[in-house]
Amino acid sequence: MAHGPAEGITRWLYTTNHKDIGTLYLWFSFAMFLTGGFFAMVIRAELFQPGVQLVQPEFFIQMTTMHGLVMVFGAIMPAFVGLANWMIPMMIGAPDMALPRMNNLSFWILPFAFAILISTLFMEGGGPNFGWTFYAPLSTTYAPDSVNYFIFAVHIMGASSIMGSINIIATVMNMRAPGMTYMKMPLFVWTWLITAFLLVAVMPVLAGAVTMMLMDINFGTSFFNAAGGGDPVLFQHVFWFFGHPEVYIIILPAFGVVSQIIPTFSRKPLFGYSSMVYATAAIAFLSFVVWAHHMFTVGMPIAGELYFMYATMLIAVPTGVKVFNWITTMYRGAITYETPMLFCIAFVILFTFGGFTGLMLSVAAADIQYHDTYFVVAHFHYVMVAGAVFSGTAAVYYWLPKWCGRMYDETMGKVQFWLAFIAFNITFMPQHFLGLAGMPRRYADYGLQFADWNMVSSVGAFLYGGAQILFLYNVVRTIMYGEPVKEAKVWEGAEGLEWLVPTPAPYHTFIRPPVVTSSAAGEDEWSISGATPHVAFKAAPGAG
Amino acid sequence: MLKRALALFLSCLSLMGTTSLGADGDDPSMGGGLTNLNMPKGVTEVSQVAYDVHMLMMWICTAIGVVVFGFMFYVMYAHRKSRGVEAANFHEHLGVEIAWTVVPALILIFMAIPATSALLKVYDTENADLDIKVTGYQWKWQYEHLGEGIKYMSEMRTSIDEIEGREPKGEHYLREVNQPLVIPVNKKVRFLITGNDVIHSWWVPDFGVKRDAVPGLFTAAWARVEEPGLYVGECTELCGKGHPFMPIVVEVKEEDDYNLWLAGKKEEAALYASTIGKQWSHEELMSKGEDVYKISCAGCHQADGNGISGIFPALNGSSIVQGPADGHIAVLINGIAGSSMQSFADQLSEVDIAAVIHYKRNTWDNSVGDIVQPIDVLNFKTAQ
Amino acid sequence: MSEEKYYVPEQSALPIFCATAMGVMAFGAASWVIEGGDAKIFLVGLALMTIVMYKWWSLVIEENMQGLASPQLKHSYVLGMLWFIFSEVMFFAAFFGALFYVRVFVNAWIGGEASVVLFDNTPTDAATANNDILWPGYERQWPVMETPDQAVNGEEAIFKGPDKNMSLPLWEYPASQWFSKLYTLLPWLPLWNTVILLSSSVTVHFAHTALKEGNRNVFLRYLGITVMLGFFFLCLQVAEYYEAYVHYGLTLQSGIYGTTFFMLTGFHGAHVTLGTGMLLIQLIRGLKGHFSHEDQFGFEAASWYWHFVDVVWLGLFIVVYIFG
Ligand code: HEA
Ligand code: HEA
Ligand code: HEC
Ligand code: CUA
Ligand SMILES: [Cu+2]
Repeated sequence: MAHGPAEGITRWLYTTNHKDIGTLYLWFSFAMFLTGGFFAMVIRAELFQPGVQLVQPEFFIQMTTMHGLVMVFGAIMPAFVGLANWMIPMMIGAPDMALPRMNNLSFWILPFAFAILISTLFMEGGGPNFGWTFYAPLSTTYAPDSVNYFIFAVHIMGASSIMGSINIIATVMNMRAPGMTYMKMPLFVWTWLITAFLLVAVMPVLAGAVTMMLMDINFGTSFFNAAGGGDPVLFQHVFWFFGHPEVYIIILPAFGVVSQIIPTFSRKPLFGYSSMVYATAAIAFLSFVVWAHHMFTVGMPIAGELYFMYATMLIAVPTGVKVFNWITTMYRGAITYETPMLFCIAFVILFTFGGFTGLMLSVAAADIQYHDTYFVVAHFHYVMVAGAVFSGTAAVYYWLPKWCGRMYDETMGKVQFWLAFIAFNITFMPQHFLGLAGMPRRYADYGLQFADWNMVSSVGAFLYGGAQILFLYNVVRTIMYGEPVKEAKVWEGAEGLEWLVPTPAPYHTFIRPPVVTSSAAGEDEWSISGATPHVAFKAAPGAG
Repeated sequence: MLKRALALFLSCLSLMGTTSLGADGDDPSMGGGLTNLNMPKGVTEVSQVAYDVHMLMMWICTAIGVVVFGFMFYVMYAHRKSRGVEAANFHEHLGVEIAWTVVPALILIFMAIPATSALLKVYDTENADLDIKVTGYQWKWQYEHLGEGIKYMSEMRTSIDEIEGREPKGEHYLREVNQPLVIPVNKKVRFLITGNDVIHSWWVPDFGVKRDAVPGLFTAAWARVEEPGLYVGECTELCGKGHPFMPIVVEVKEEDDYNLWLAGKKEEAALYASTIGKQWSHEELMSKGEDVYKISCAGCHQADGNGISGIFPALNGSSIVQGPADGHIAVLINGIAGSSMQSFADQLSEVDIAAVIHYKRNTWDNSVGDIVQPIDVLNFKTAQ
Repeated sequence: MSEEKYYVPEQSALPIFCATAMGVMAFGAASWVIEGGDAKIFLVGLALMTIVMYKWWSLVIEENMQGLASPQLKHSYVLGMLWFIFSEVMFFAAFFGALFYVRVFVNAWIGGEASVVLFDNTPTDAATANNDILWPGYERQWPVMETPDQAVNGEEAIFKGPDKNMSLPLWEYPASQWFSKLYTLLPWLPLWNTVILLSSSVTVHFAHTALKEGNRNVFLRYLGITVMLGFFFLCLQVAEYYEAYVHYGLTLQSGIYGTTFFMLTGFHGAHVTLGTGMLLIQLIRGLKGHFSHEDQFGFEAASWYWHFVDVVWLGLFIVVYIFG
């Protein structure tokens, strides 16, 4: 076991190593990000001007649908699972993930699932054309045949997510090094533990939703058909019971990443560690009870509407706690602005902005005007692109030296940041205005009054796409020719077990578990015995 | 084009900082301009309360943002390592942590009050003066004045040539219909909204009305419009490829005009009923049929009648189209269950149905030759 | 914690073959349900999956026998199984939730009543209109014996309600006659099924206790009985479905009542099948002498699963049959 990786392609196909699997996840998700981004480019190119130019409306909605599905399920979720695979065992002092073979299975399902999903675009009648929320009956009675492929692809994708999350839960609950109590775990581990719990809870509900669709389409049931006594709106309830927690599944690991990076570059321990943990748990809990805020216009009874409005507004409280903790972590620190930090600061600002629009959306009476307009599109790109994607980018820059033992090019990183930051805002800020002025989403064509801002948004989108190409280039260049780094602690202010192991991280990290002890002064210390010599350092702040 | 994009781009950069919100009421010119930033205030009570809570929320968020980001920028400036500061080492403070939990919670309670009263307004659908049933079809709207026996379809008038850029786009591009919904001013109108096939959503921003049109169930909304005029809206729930092409136009008339219009509509219907027995000629039917086909059928079966393989069958050469007339009438009257081929019995008049059937049977490569008369359609309907 | 090493398996070809099998099965299942499709590809996937599963379980058992599985690793398996069961609970929750929503809300709306009473209990505009305009003649009812479609279209309706429903007749009788009518329950399958499944939960527990005490014969006997009971349950369920389809006119197509009835009991039945299979494998392993009284994870996992299936049945029995 103490040997390195196998040679050749079987290393990747047969691997049980958490780092290899993490790498696979990350590359897969990046490929999906480019694919989903490419679909977005088609959308933005078509919307560059009013009229139908590049693609037919029928194909346009397939692009919108696929863009949403690929980005959410193919890009963002696997990206964070990849980070979890790489970092969680290193952060808690585990030799590997708890169930390594299942770990590999979870990954390899994904390429099959997405191959099936994307292949539907080439089938007769076209691919899924009902939005990533696939509301019945557009997705059942009125869907092209390829919807069946979509359904089964979602099924196995869900199985992959469930297995992946069970693995993470088992790892965190069972594989922590001696002395690594729950309240000493790095925040990234905490947020992932809670995310994994959310995933295990809601992916089966998604499976239930697509199963109901399958039955309605092929076996004559009437879940979503009022003629038989069902209701199309039932679909929306089931979907959003999954769908709303899903958006927090996307953002919680991002919170974790930011909570690792901001203390490092502020050279100061994370402020309010325990309140961060409680806030994360509170957000997760609340996410189960707010789902119908996506359905303010379906004609729910007013009591339901009021309840979902209040519950949704409440989420601002724990989220606010997080934002304030991050800023206070920076307060009286000694801040430097390396690329990961820049992305995290942008995250805090833009995510909060997106949170504010979220709060506006939660006001049901106003949501009547916002719902299904570009205002919503703007909201969720602020939280998902400037939230999840920015923090993912930050994480890659932050941990890349540890992974491959080479430093990225700081200047290029900064250029990419500024390009991404500016282009992002040019793309999505105008979408708020479009939405307020009345442009509905999922429109292949629009009235002339929306032309100007759409053009601006498209230009921004192309620039933003360019920033991603630069990112890809920078990463590949680093892996191949980057400046070698030797010291274990790559960043001056970094704390945590992962910064104690050598750089690049050895193929197997902890052959003997490290031990966490308390020093005389009451400060926590880690020591690693076994593969690496004894080291000691201060533990996660506020811990114990 | 490129030049315009560039100009736009520059002006937008300079604009972002300077334009204040609330520039509603601007007449959207070609291109809409870059000053069209906010939600319209609208012309009903509901749209106004929606606007008010929207503005309130926005200003509260702006204020919080200024404080939070202001502090953050200060920290980012003052506590840079390059200024030679030493990092402190504190990481907890119960007092501030409680404060920043409690204060936002109080702010939220403060927000919830106007939000609740606004919502109560939205739901106040009782005691309406008249009821309009709104039905969403792929991809058009049907309006029925309940209790008056009047119903009509409202379809987009913008031509496919304008959409695909073979003709210049008109001023009302995608915002024009053959027959707007007509309602009286200063009356409480209740909309009962439903769908025929998939879910649509009926949105008129100026009324503050957006309600999903769910097949098989009603949702209710209301409006008392204070100013006569033309109001435009859109379908806001993805309903298939024609989703952007089913605009809503509402014409709000003074009460007398409305009553006149209603009487006219009723007369029209009576007149129609009396002429239905007339024998139509081949030419009359062909020209009428072509019009109907273009508006009602071409969206799916395509102008050339060849459909889209895998979704919409070709009518050109179809055995149903060329078969006995009754089978063909049946498809139009009853639709084909479980597909987007809907029943046209309520949407098209007997004349229209006869005409479009006759047209299809005698155009493209189809040539059946016989004549289908409106009376045949009526007989078919009554026989059922 | 122990100083012993956590066993991290070497490279393995199993996962990627398993993923391939899943991919092929998913693709195959989709092409099967599409009109004119067939099951060929699906069956290929299924065959591959069977092989992979067999190999995988054999490998794990073998590793176990070699003593590679430390207590810590076993705890990982325990956690894995428990969270898997939790995910199953959530899957059922979706269907129970659907049943609840349809019964409490949709049924009332279509029937012209507002179901949520907050400020007053007059039906809302929309609900009244639903019944007056869209579904005239439909009355709020559960089980739905006449679908809204039928209320409007009569014989032409696509969704026709059943002739009889499956709910327990118990509550229809006045208290005084309760006992005399009890005999009507005797031929009644779901009740028997409840008895069977509940007893099987008890027998599997006895088996467990026996195993812990190292009493192999008792263990095997009780496990055997459990598997038999599972099998009986399935037979009765088949009989019940036959009854429903042939004599009650209750099918998947009979509107929302048939839909929820068959989807809930059907998924439960599928899980019983799986659980019986799992227990059967454990029985075979037991006969081969695999379990010691310290090492019994495989059996324990199967028995937890069995208890879970049992609890789901209780839920079903209450909401589908008693209050059906
Ligand atoms: C990462 C994903 C993510 C996140 C984190 C959020 C966060 C939030 N979202 Fe968002 N949302 C989406 C992804 C996300 N959303 C997506 C994808 C959709 C559209 C789906 C679709 O239809 O396709 C959507 C749609 C959506 C809707 C439906 C809109 C509609 O369709 O009509 C609503 C309505 O309530 C909403 C609300 C919120 C709220 C209240 C939050 C809150 O969590 C935000 C909380 C944060 C803050 C408020 C900022 C920080 C707080 C402070 C600084 C404290 C002080 C502040 C105050 C007291 C105001 N979201
Ligand atoms: C986390 C998820 C995520 C991410 C990262 C993004 C990223 C982007 N999205 Fe997103 N979007 C969604 C999730 C996401 N989106 C969802 C859920 C919806 C709703 C779908 C629905 O309505 O059903 C949506 C809808 C949506 C719409 C509305 C479509 C409609 O309503 O019709 C638009 C329009 O502008 C848009 C634009 C963009 C753009 C420009 C990006 C950019 O950030 C993308 C940047 C990346 C790139 C540009 C890749 C770079 C690569 C290249 C440029 C070359 C690629 C070429 C090859 C590899 C061949 N998105
Ligand atoms: C919203 C889309 C849509 C519109 C609009 C539409 N159709 Fe169809 N039509 C369909 C679909 C889908 C089918 C195939 C139904 C099936 O067989 O499942 C179909 C089938 C038919 C058929 C049977 C063809 C065959 O060979 O099977 C005829 C005839 C027909 N349509 C005529 C018309 C006419 C006339 C109109 C206009 C008045 C029209 N359709 C409008 C979608 C549409
Ligand atoms: Cu009708 Cu969208
Ligand atoms: Cu949500």
